[in-house]
Amino acid sequence: MEETSNNCQKNSRRQFLKKGIIAGAGVALGGGLIAAYVDATAAETGEKVKVLTTNGEIMEVDKGLLKLPRVSTEESHKGIPGRKFVMVIDLGKCKNARKCVEACQKGHHLPKSQEFMKVYLLQDSEKTSPYWFPKPCFHCDNPLCVSVCPVGATYKRSDGIVLIDNERCIGCKFCMTGCPYSTRVFAWKHYAEFDEDKEPYSPEAGSPGREGTVSKCDFCPDLIRVGKVPYCVSACPMGVIYFGDVDEDTVTNGTETYQFSKLISDRAGYRYLETLGTRPCVYYLPPVERQFEVERGFGDLDPAIKERYKDTPYSKKNKP
Amino acid sequence: MELQQKNPLKEFAPQLERTSIQGYAWILFLLMVIGLGVFAFLNQVIYGHEVTGMRDNVVWGVYIVNFIFFMGVSYAGALISGTLHLFKTAWRKPIIRMAEFITVISLLIGPCFILLCIGRLDRLPYLVLFGRIQSPITWDVIAISTDIFGCFIFLYLAVLRDLATLRDYELLQLPNWRKKIYKALALGYTGTPEQQQRLNRATDIMAAMVISIAIIVYSVLAWIFSVTLQPGWHSTIFGPYFVIAAVYSGSAVLILCMWVFRKVYHLEEYITKKHFVAVGVIMLVLAAFFGYFTFSDYLTKWYGSEKNDELLIQLLFKEFYWPFIISNYVGVLLPLLVIGIAKLRTITNITLTAIVVIIALWLNRYIIVVPTLESPYLPIQDARPEWLNYTATWVEWSLTAAGVAVFCLLFTLASKFITIVPVSGLEGEGKKEDVLI
Repeated sequence: MEETSNNCQKNSRRQFLKKGIIAGAGVALGGGLIAAYVDATAAETGEKVKVLTTNGEIMEVDKGLLKLPRVSTEESHKGIPGRKFVMVIDLGKCKNARKCVEACQKGHHLPKSQEFMKVYLLQDSEKTSPYWFPKPCFHCDNPLCVSVCPVGATYKRSDGIVLIDNERCIGCKFCMTGCPYSTRVFAWKHYAEFDEDKEPYSPEAGSPGREGTVSKCDFCPDLIRVGKVPYCVSACPMGVIYFGDVDEDTVTNGTETYQFSKLISDRAGYRYLETLGTRPCVYYLPPVERQFEVERGFGDLDPAIKERYKDTPYSKKNKP
Repeated sequence: MELQQKNPLKEFAPQLERTSIQGYAWILFLLMVIGLGVFAFLNQVIYGHEVTGMRDNVVWGVYIVNFIFFMGVSYAGALISGTLHLFKTAWRKPIIRMAEFITVISLLIGPCFILLCIGRLDRLPYLVLFGRIQSPITWDVIAISTDIFGCFIFLYLAVLRDLATLRDYELLQLPNWRKKIYKALALGYTGTPEQQQRLNRATDIMAAMVISIAIIVYSVLAWIFSVTLQPGWHSTIFGPYFVIAAVYSGSAVLILCMWVFRKVYHLEEYITKKHFVAVGVIMLVLAAFFGYFTFSDYLTKWYGSEKNDELLIQLLFKEFYWPFIISNYVGVLLPLLVIGIAKLRTITNITLTAIVVIIALWLNRYIIVVPTLESPYLPIQDARPEWLNYTATWVEWSLTAAGVAVFCLLFTLASKFITIVPVSGLEGEGKKEDVLI
């Protein structure tokens, strides 16, 4: 439109910020379901939601008409032009509320046994402090999983996202042994949850899931396409997870927005297991100035989830 | 007429002509085991891979162990028969056919196990349609298919003379269709000097080729593990280590086969203690190499004590204590003792040692594959026992048993089709060739 090419970059950055704020507002609205694609065949519910259109305008539509875009497999290989996504996770704020895990499972129609986002209780050595460690896929810039795939079912896009085409995957699981971060999950059988998703398959949505193939965290490119942040980011009540763009140098958790480079430099951000040379796109802020005691993470956990952490050094030390 | 009198085929013909009741019972038993395997496989197809013990952490289990094991056994056959052939070792004649059979038969079974591990068998053609040369699995597909091809040609060249002998032996009491097969397969070989010369040259070339192809195949297999960053796998020694372990396991399988066929077909006259000692000595040398490689690998991991290597070694000495001791101590030291000390060197002892070595080498692959997957960089935090530790289920064990049964069955059938001792070789050189090395 009237924008010149010179301030195009600036414009997209402003747009990104705006989108971030809208996404935050989406969380505030309680629905968390904002999309710019409207499905005309769906039934109206009478409930109105604010959405962001493709040209950046806000409009109100009926909730029942909302539908996320599903790009073709071919399109999903390309990546969103001019973007390079990054995630920052502030370990000082995580209290294992597990909303990220739940929202991700719901958004991706995952069974309970499949978690794209996992929360670990880590302790680097005996005398150091334990901390909660949410772990998505790191979308490495040097991804071993992509190198070892024999059929090109997993690929690195121009926007940094590593995706899986579950209609190409042969299920050899080589990528699972290749990934040093235990990020990938396998569909050991057909799960009923896969049937919930009636839309046609798209690698960007990672669903509906396919038996006998590998899947993992995909940075929710279908949400990004409509200006939203991934499920885990908007679901986190503590604002632990920030999502953004390296080139725009911005990350947001929906409510707060930071300059990425400044945040990393001010807060000594780091990447997990940097020595492995995988060059992750997920950064961590060290667990300093904690907002919660580690113990809070055990709060009202499901007993089965609580059981997971029973062999950690922390749990062994603090046995009742 | 003179030729037929000398023809050792007269002695071996009953092997091909008749199958005893025990023989049929044995084949029936094998078919039943294979049937169980088929049932297990159908279970896996219908209910998904959930019926196996594999889960997200230990994504490869007994199937991959069997894959490495059978490929290793196959490799040994190729190397032993190829080397013995190239060096024109005099005592090789009665046992070389077994080595060749081992090569081809286990080479047919090995890749089946990797297929069992694949989640979407219906997409198998994608390996070719969308194959990426950057992936070690593609290297493996190319290497193994080349190996199968090469080994079949080698085996065929090696049996060609016998096929011709069988075709020409008129007293053979076999149905006509079998005779027709021999005739067709013998390709008009009559043993003219020109044919002999050509066949010898072709066999020499193929012997050299199967040796080198097999080294490549087994190294590529090792690289599937060592190219990953996993603690315990990410090791430069893995290529040669796997090659040595492979030949080692194969020499043991060869000894076991020699013992079995010697008993079943009464080959005491042909396969003597000398052969057992000769292959035993090969096994001893390989045991020493294997022990050395194992030691080098674990020493560097243990001495430097990188955090994850340390965790792995702790795991090996705790939960995998007995497999570790059997594969890396007993499996190395026993052959050194039994074959190293002349007094202990009896056919029974050598065979028993070979059995221990086979078990040890299978366990060796198990403790390479499973413990590493159970100790990833990020600690496994899970409440479900089957996701924490791998235990193979009945499906995996049934298919493993079926794999062994298919090996035995194909070996039995092969020995019913072609004499297990090359008759044409004996005819030429006779039994007098008894001097060892």
